[in-house]
Amino acid sequence: MSEIAVSMRGITKRFGRKVLANNHVDLDVYKGEILSLLGENGSGKTTLMNMLAGIYSPDEGEILINDQKVEITSPKDAYDLGIGMVHQHFKLIDVFTALENILIGLPAKEAEKKCRTEVEQICQKYGFDLDLDKKIYEMSVSEKETLEIVKTLYRGASILILDEPTAVLTPQEITKLFTILRNMKDDGKSIVIITHKLNEVMEISDRISVLRKGENVGTVLKTETNEQQLTELMVGEKITLDIARDFVEEKHKRLEVKNLTVKNIDGKNVVDDISFDLYSGEILGIAGISGSGQKELLEAIMGLQKCEDGSSVIYNSTAHGVHELVGLSTKEIISYGLHLAFVPEDRLGMGLVGNMGMTDNVMLKRYRKGSGPFLHRKKPHDTAVKIKDELEVVTPDLEYPVRRLSGGNVQKILVGREINNKPTVLMTAYAVRGLDINTSYAIYNLLNEQKKKGVAVIYVGEDLDVLLALSDRIMVLCAGKMNGMLDGRTASKEEVGYLMTHLKEEA
Amino acid sequence: MEKVHHRSFLRVTKKDEASLPMKALVIAITILCALLVSALFIYFVTKLDPISVYVSMFKGAFGTKRRAWITIRDACLLLLISLSLAPAFRMRFWNCGAEGQILLGGLSTAALMIYFGNKVPTPLLLLVMMVASMLSGALWAFLPAYFKAKYDTNETLFTLMMNYVGIQLIEFFVDFWDKKQSHSVGIINMNGQGGWFPPVFGQQYFLNILIVLVVTIFIYVYMNYSKHGYEGAVVGESVATAKYAGINVPKVIRNNVLLSGAISGLAGFVEVSGISHTISNNTAGGRGFTAIIVCWLAKFNPFAMALISLFIVFLSKGAAQISSDFGLNEFASQIITGIILFFILSSEFFNNYKVSFNHNRKGADK
Amino acid sequence: MSVSQIISWCVAAITFGTVIMYGCIGETINQKAGDLNLGVPGVMQIGGIAALASAFLYERAVTALNPYLSMLISLLACLIASALAGLLFAFLTVTLKVNQNVTGLTLTIFGTGIANFFGGSMMKLSGGVGTISVARTANIFRMKLPFLFGKFGAFGSIFFSHGWMVYLALVLAFAIQYFLDKTRVGLNLRSVGENPATADAAGINVTRYKYLASIIGSAICGLGGLFYVMDYIQGSWANDSTIEALGWLAVALVIFTSWKPKNATWGAYLFGLCYWAYIYIPGSVSKFLAEKLNLSKATYMQNLYKMLPYLVTIVVLCVVSRKKKRENQAPASLGLSYFREER
Repeated sequence: MSEIAVSMRGITKRFGRKVLANNHVDLDVYKGEILSLLGENGSGKTTLMNMLAGIYSPDEGEILINDQKVEITSPKDAYDLGIGMVHQHFKLIDVFTALENILIGLPAKEAEKKCRTEVEQICQKYGFDLDLDKKIYEMSVSEKETLEIVKTLYRGASILILDEPTAVLTPQEITKLFTILRNMKDDGKSIVIITHKLNEVMEISDRISVLRKGENVGTVLKTETNEQQLTELMVGEKITLDIARDFVEEKHKRLEVKNLTVKNIDGKNVVDDISFDLYSGEILGIAGISGSGQKELLEAIMGLQKCEDGSSVIYNSTAHGVHELVGLSTKEIISYGLHLAFVPEDRLGMGLVGNMGMTDNVMLKRYRKGSGPFLHRKKPHDTAVKIKDELEVVTPDLEYPVRRLSGGNVQKILVGREINNKPTVLMTAYAVRGLDINTSYAIYNLLNEQKKKGVAVIYVGEDLDVLLALSDRIMVLCAGKMNGMLDGRTASKEEVGYLMTHLKEEA
Repeated sequence: MEKVHHRSFLRVTKKDEASLPMKALVIAITILCALLVSALFIYFVTKLDPISVYVSMFKGAFGTKRRAWITIRDACLLLLISLSLAPAFRMRFWNCGAEGQILLGGLSTAALMIYFGNKVPTPLLLLVMMVASMLSGALWAFLPAYFKAKYDTNETLFTLMMNYVGIQLIEFFVDFWDKKQSHSVGIINMNGQGGWFPPVFGQQYFLNILIVLVVTIFIYVYMNYSKHGYEGAVVGESVATAKYAGINVPKVIRNNVLLSGAISGLAGFVEVSGISHTISNNTAGGRGFTAIIVCWLAKFNPFAMALISLFIVFLSKGAAQISSDFGLNEFASQIITGIILFFILSSEFFNNYKVSFNHNRKGADK
Repeated sequence: MSVSQIISWCVAAITFGTVIMYGCIGETINQKAGDLNLGVPGVMQIGGIAALASAFLYERAVTALNPYLSMLISLLACLIASALAGLLFAFLTVTLKVNQNVTGLTLTIFGTGIANFFGGSMMKLSGGVGTISVARTANIFRMKLPFLFGKFGAFGSIFFSHGWMVYLALVLAFAIQYFLDKTRVGLNLRSVGENPATADAAGINVTRYKYLASIIGSAICGLGGLFYVMDYIQGSWANDSTIEALGWLAVALVIFTSWKPKNATWGAYLFGLCYWAYIYIPGSVSKFLAEKLNLSKATYMQNLYKMLPYLVTIVVLCVVSRKKKRENQAPASLGLSYFREER
C-alpha cells in the first residue's frame, strides 16, 4: 500500500475524571484509501476524529501528518494541514447561503467570484449538485451534506473525515455519495468514514479499524473479513442478531386514525391525510426518511400538534372507554387516563428534564396526582427504585441529574417510566438512537414484552433491518403521506426503501 | 512543512461538580481578592491605609447596635427582592423589572397611607396595604409575562421599560400630592404614624424581619415541594418537555411571574411602610438590579441569598461609612460593590472548569 | 403648534437620537458576535465621564488652552475607558464564561458608580453642584458643518444645525452596515453570533472575534456617553441617571432596528421625537384633559407624557416579536457562552 497520510500514536483523551473516551489509540490512514472507523455508540470514534479536526486536543499521544509531527489546537490548524471533517451535526449557518457558508473563515483576499468558479469546478469534477445561492434553511439534509463535503474540498482537504454520513440519507442518495467518495479516492485523497452500519462498511471501505470502549481493537482489510467477524470485534462478545417476534392471537382495535392532517408554520402539510388502525398485541413499525412526518404524526396523536379539520383519532381502551383524541389537550389526554406512552426522539429536550434526578423525572406525567398544593414524592420514588433495579440503570443516586448519565441509561429511564404507566398504546420514536447494541436489544425486548401483554406498540425507527425484524406491520411514510402498509414478516428491505423514496401516484 | 501554530500556555477543561469544601475555598479566595482590589482602589483614590478603611467599614455596618439593626433591616429588604425574582428566573424569565414592581407596591402603600392613615386602625390598614402592594406589583409584572407567554416578547427589555414607566408614574403622583412644589412628599403621617410598622417587643424592625422570614420559608417550600414550583422548574428546563407532560406553559409563566411581581410589590410595602415612610423615584434605589445578581449567585437557594444579601449590604454600609469618615463620595460604595460582584461572578469559573498548563507543548515544539 | 416649535422639536429629537444611535451601533456589533451586553448604560457612563474628566483636568491644568488638543484627549480617553469596559465584559463572559445578563447588569452598576463617583469628585474640585463646565472643549465637539450650516431654510435648520458628531454617527451607522453585509470580516463576525461552533470549525478564532467585537462595540457605545456629556448637556455633569435610561433605550433600539444599524438612522430620531413629545405636544392634549376630566394644567401632567418613549418601546417590542421573518431575528446564539469542548 502507498504512503501514510495520518498517523495517530498513543492518543488518550479524558472528559472529567470519570470518562475515558480514548485510551492509547494508534491509527494509520494511507493516501488514496477509504478507511472505515467502526464501533458502537460511545466507543470514542467521533472523539478520536475530533482530535484530528482540532475540536479537542489529546491529553496524551502524538499525531503525524505526512511524517511530520504536528499539534492541532484548532480547526484552523486542521485545515492548514489539509484535514477536513464533516460533522454528524452539520456545521452550517441557517440564515446564510451555501456560498457564504463556504466563505466564512477564509482570508479576505479570496474573492467571492473566484471562490464561486472554483467551487463550481469541484462540483463538476466529482459530480456534486449544488445551488450556491440557496439559504441553508431551505435545503434538504442531503444538500447540506453535499455542501459540507464541497466546503472541505474547496479548502484543499486531502484527508476527509465523514461522521455518520449516511444516517440521514435515502438508499439512492447513499449510492450517489459512495460514487463520489470513490472518485475522490481515485484522486489520491484519504477518506475516513465513521459508521456503525456493517453493510456500508463492507461496500465502501478498503480497510476497517474497530474501536471498542475507547481502544483500537483491530484493523483489518475488507477483503479478509466478514460482517460476523466485525460484529464480534465491535461488541467483544458473540451476540445473536435475531430479534424475537411472537404472534399474538387476540387483537383489539385500539386506535383508529382517519384523515389525519397537520400543517407546519409555513402551511405545508407535514402529515398529509393519513389513515390507519392500530391493534393490541402488535408492533406497528413506521419507516421513512427522517423528516417525513413521523414526529408530527405521533405528536398529533398525543395532542401536541394542531390537527386540521376532518382529522380524527378514535381511541378505544377496555379500561377507559372510547374517546376522540383530536381536540383534546395533552393534559386532558393524560388526565382522562388514556395511556399513550410516548418516547420522543429528543430525549433530554422533550421526554426528560436534564437537571432533575430520576425521582422527579418519573414524576413528570403524574405530579398532579394527590391532593393539595404539594408534591407527593413517595410513589415516584418507589417507581424510580423499581425502574433502576429492573432495567439496571446505572446512576450514583436517584437525585443525580439525568443529564449527566449516558444515553443508554437516560433512554432506560424514559422507556421505564412510560411502561410503568401500564400503557394501552405505547408510541416510541427512534427509541434506540445513539444506544449501543446491548442496550438496543434490551429496548427491543421491552417492546416485545409489552406487545405480548396486549399493548399496541408503535415503533418509529431508522434501521430497516431492525424494523423488518421487529414489526408485525410496517407503515411507510413519504413526504408526510402514507405510502404503503406492508406485512413485517414478508416485506423486503428493497421494497421498504423504494416506498420511502418514491411517492406513489395518486389514483 | 514549516508551520507556525498558535499554542496557548493554558488549557481549559470542564470538570465534574466541585466538592463543597472546594467551593467554600474558592469563595473565600475570591472575597479576599476582591477586598484586595478594592483596597487598591481606595488607596489609589485616597492614599489612605486600607486596613483602617476596612476597620471603619466594619464599624459602619456593625459599630453600634442601631447600625447593626439597620444593616440587618436592609439585608432583609434585599433578600426579599432577591426571593421575589427566584420563581421567574428559574423559568429563564429575566425579570429586570423588580425596580418598577417595588415602586408600584410602594406607590399603592403610600397612597393608602396618605388617604387612610390615622383614620383607619393601623393593623387593618397594614393588611390592606400589604394586599394592595402585592396586587400592584403583580399588575406591573403581568404585561411582560402575558406577552412573553403569548408571543415570546423579549422580557428583559419589556420589564426594564416598565421600570421607567413606573418611575414616571411615581413622579406624577409625587407632584400631584406635593402641594409645595418641592418634588417630594416628605415623611407621610409624621404625626400619628398612621400606617407605619409599629415596634413589636420594643423592636422597631420586628415586622420587617418577620415578613422576610415568612417569605423565605414560603419560597423555599414553593420551589422545592409544591406542584406549581415543579411546573416552573420543568418549563425553565425545556418548554418542549413541559408541553409533553401536559403543562400549560403560558399559564405557568404567567403565574410564576405574577408571584414574582407580587413579592416585589410586597418589598415596596416593607420599604415604604416599614422603613422610609415616604415615596420617591428612588424608593427602589437600584436594589431590583442588585437582587438579580444575588439571586443568580445563590442559584435560587434562599439561604444562600440571605448570606449574599447580608454581605452586599455590609459592604455598602461600610463603604458609606468610609465616605463620611474620609470625605469620599457616596458612590464609592457602588464601585466597591461592583468590583466584588465581578469577582464573585468570576469565581464560578473555577468551580466548573479546570485550568492546567499545556504539558503537551514541549514534545510538539521540536 | 408653530413651525418654529416643530423645528426645535426635530432638532432636539436628533440630538437625543444621536446619543442612542451610538449606543445602538455599538450594541449591534456586540450582539452580532452573540454577546448580549446589558452593560451598555454603564459603558456609556464610563465613556461620558472619561471624556469629561480628561477635558476637565486638562482645562484646569493649562492656562493657554488648545481646544483641539483638549478634544483629542477627551475623545481618546473616552474610547480607551469604554473599550476597557468592553474588555472586562469579554474577559468575564468569553474567558470565564459568566452569564452575560448578569455580567452586563453588574457592569451597569459598576459604570454608574464610577461615573457618579468621579462626577461627584469633580464637582467638589470645581466648587459645587452644577459648576463643572468644559464648555471650551465641548464647543469643538459641537462645531457645525461648514458650507451647510444656516442654509436650506427649515430643512437646513432641522438637519444642518448640529455638531459634527451627529453626522459621524450617521456615517458610522452606514459604515457598520456595509461592514456587516459586504465584508468577509463582517460575515465571519455574523457567523460567530449565529453559531460559534460552526465558525470555530471553519477556522475562525471565535474568542478573538468576541473580544474585538466587545471592545470595539463598547468603544462606540462610549461615544454615545461622550456625545451626551459634550453636546447634549453641553460639557457639564449631573449625578442623575439620565444616561442609564438612554442606555436601555439604546438596547431597545437594537431590537427595533432588527439588528440593522442602517435602520437606527431613522429609528433613533423617532425615539427622540417621542422622548421630547412631552414638551411639544401637551398644549392641546392638556387643554382637552383639563376641560373633560377637570384636571388642572399642572406640571405633574408632564410626567405622564415622559412615559411616551418607554411605552412606544414596549409597543415596538410586542409588534417585533410577532414578526417571524428569519433574516430579521436575533443572532441565533445570542446570550450563550461558547466552550469548544462542550459535550
